[in-house]
Amino acid sequence: MGWRKLDQGYIRMNEDRRIKRIFGTAVPVRGNDIDTDRIIPARYLKEATFARMGEYPFYDERFDDAGKLKPHPLNDARFKGASILLVNKNFGCGSSREHAPQALHRFGIHAIVGESFAAIFAGNCVMLGIPAVAVGEREIEELMGLTVSDPQTQFVLDIDSKKLSYGAGKSMPVAIPETSRKALLEGSWDSTAMLHANLSKVKNIAAILPYMTGFKG
Amino acid sequence: MANGRTLYDKVWDSHTVDILSTGQTQLFVGLHLIHEITTAPAFDMLREQGLDVAFPQRTFATVDHIVPTDIRTRPFLDSQAEELTQVLEKNVGEFGIDFFGLDSDKQGIVHVIGPQLGLTQPGMTLACGDSHTSTHGAFGALAFGIGTSQVRDVLATQTLAMDRLKVRRINVDGSLAQGVYAKDVILNIIRKLGVAGGKGFAYEYGGAVIDRMNMEERMTVCNMSIEGGALVGYVNPDATTFEFLKGRTYAPKGADFERAVAYWKSVASDAGASYDDVVSMNGSDIEPTVTWGINPGQSVGISEKLPRPEGFSDPEGAKKAYEHMGWKPGSPILGTPIDVAFVGSCTNSRLSDLRAAAAIAKGRKVHSGIRALVVPGSAEVKALAEKEGLHNIFTQAGFEWRAAGCSMCLAMNPDKLQGREICASSSNRNFIGRQGSPGGRTLLMSPAMVAAAALNGKVVDVREYLQ
Repeated sequence: MGWRKLDQGYIRMNEDRRIKRIFGTAVPVRGNDIDTDRIIPARYLKEATFARMGEYPFYDERFDDAGKLKPHPLNDARFKGASILLVNKNFGCGSSREHAPQALHRFGIHAIVGESFAAIFAGNCVMLGIPAVAVGEREIEELMGLTVSDPQTQFVLDIDSKKLSYGAGKSMPVAIPETSRKALLEGSWDSTAMLHANLSKVKNIAAILPYMTGFKG
Repeated sequence: MANGRTLYDKVWDSHTVDILSTGQTQLFVGLHLIHEITTAPAFDMLREQGLDVAFPQRTFATVDHIVPTDIRTRPFLDSQAEELTQVLEKNVGEFGIDFFGLDSDKQGIVHVIGPQLGLTQPGMTLACGDSHTSTHGAFGALAFGIGTSQVRDVLATQTLAMDRLKVRRINVDGSLAQGVYAKDVILNIIRKLGVAGGKGFAYEYGGAVIDRMNMEERMTVCNMSIEGGALVGYVNPDATTFEFLKGRTYAPKGADFERAVAYWKSVASDAGASYDDVVSMNGSDIEPTVTWGINPGQSVGISEKLPRPEGFSDPEGAKKAYEHMGWKPGSPILGTPIDVAFVGSCTNSRLSDLRAAAAIAKGRKVHSGIRALVVPGSAEVKALAEKEGLHNIFTQAGFEWRAAGCSMCLAMNPDKLQGREICASSSNRNFIGRQGSPGGRTLLMSPAMVAAAALNGKVVDVREYLQ
């Protein structure tokens, strides 16, 4: 798959949208129920485009009032360049803001491995072609521990076989909804074209729903 | 009927356009609501792809998230707010979408105006780029909060690629004591089932307590479904629903209304519907409830002490909450000092909410040093409240009476907490930084409890005012 450098971060090239494998190092962000207000504070939603979102992930946890760096895994030089985010339970709960996965993606995160994800956040990840895959509590602890002890550990997330390989020949299975797996592998996560192809069927449904015609007898 | 169907099943099936190659369902969206925050890039993507809006008459726009609630002259003092508003105005003009702007008597929070205008109807699917879209489920609609790329899909095709959910029936039996409101009911449901408990489920609320609720109370309950992890929450439509809709601007009229009622009745869950899960609780066990932590599941009844972290499935999460809030397990929530009181948000800014708060504030004074705001959910709510004099009750008591918007729920406009301020809030999220200050602290509670806290400068039991 190709990546194109934009002003901020990378965005996938249009030519081939199929996502089969994500590789690179990982960065752990610990804690359950990390909400999208923490991932990106609402004041950054006042920008009319997503272009600068890569500057803002976890802003209030990474910078103090004066803009100085606070200790945070995303500020930690050891994890610089990581493309896989490791998280715990119910990651991305709260607001539907797509700015949250946009911010992570444009920062350089191309896959998320965690115990579980909130519904809207997981849906937004699929729409952006970011695999969000689940592993158990013990497994995520092992991965986080490994990354902390050796930040250069390389990971390969294979979507087709639902397998995360890491270190020297180790691997574990990951869970992902089958529909999400197919959307990533097919490249149909960017769903507009697929939905638009059915527009005549859409019009047929619209014609038979009674409220669409004002319940006229 | 042993194999009856739920409302969820019926509405899902009647809106299914196709099963996609991914296995997702392509679902028709009957009503699309948009606002200034999550839509600008969606329109840009349409232009880039050379697509038009497929059903412009099924999308309605307003401004709510970013608008000032005090001085509303244009251009806004906040240049970003002005820019986003102008972008929306340009987009709705270019694509032919009905728009309820700041000067419209229909302007307001999306989840207040949809129902108020009769746009939201039973048996419908609905989407909006806002997680509290679940509010509209109060009418027996399937209402989805979506992201910006999904907004693009709805604009371009009036459909979404969706995965089917399971359905959990939540019965709230018995009755509510005086001083206990819909807000307390949903806070207790979330406390019981957890902030992630609804993952993969649609919540169907029922039982005697829900049956007796008016539409505004049902909206409060459905509104916070997403805080319990459920993408969708709904109540089966009944006579209360139909009565509410009768005569509303966009509701069917005359013989059409009668036909609509017959259809709306047909979409309700069958008596023998089977559910993937059933949970029951008793309304009489619920007290006025207040959150103490950093997610809406961390709440206690007003007579309870703050819980010990060890009792939680996630002790580390509870410890982080104590660290942010700065108080200790074992202390009472009663008497917790506040700095700010906020009545508003898509959860609790409707006329009945303002009446409940005004009943407490009437003839009394806001405690010295407390900043107290009342922000009606829509221009119409504001007008109706003023017609019955609620604004005078509030202003005489020392509350600020504002114009409609989301305001201090998410602090995208100038209404923000400062520093470590503590806010008694009728909104829906007590997340860290949610109300505009990274160190700010939010206590979620009912509007009547917010009013009582404003008068006392601390958390009190609203029932003291109701005897």
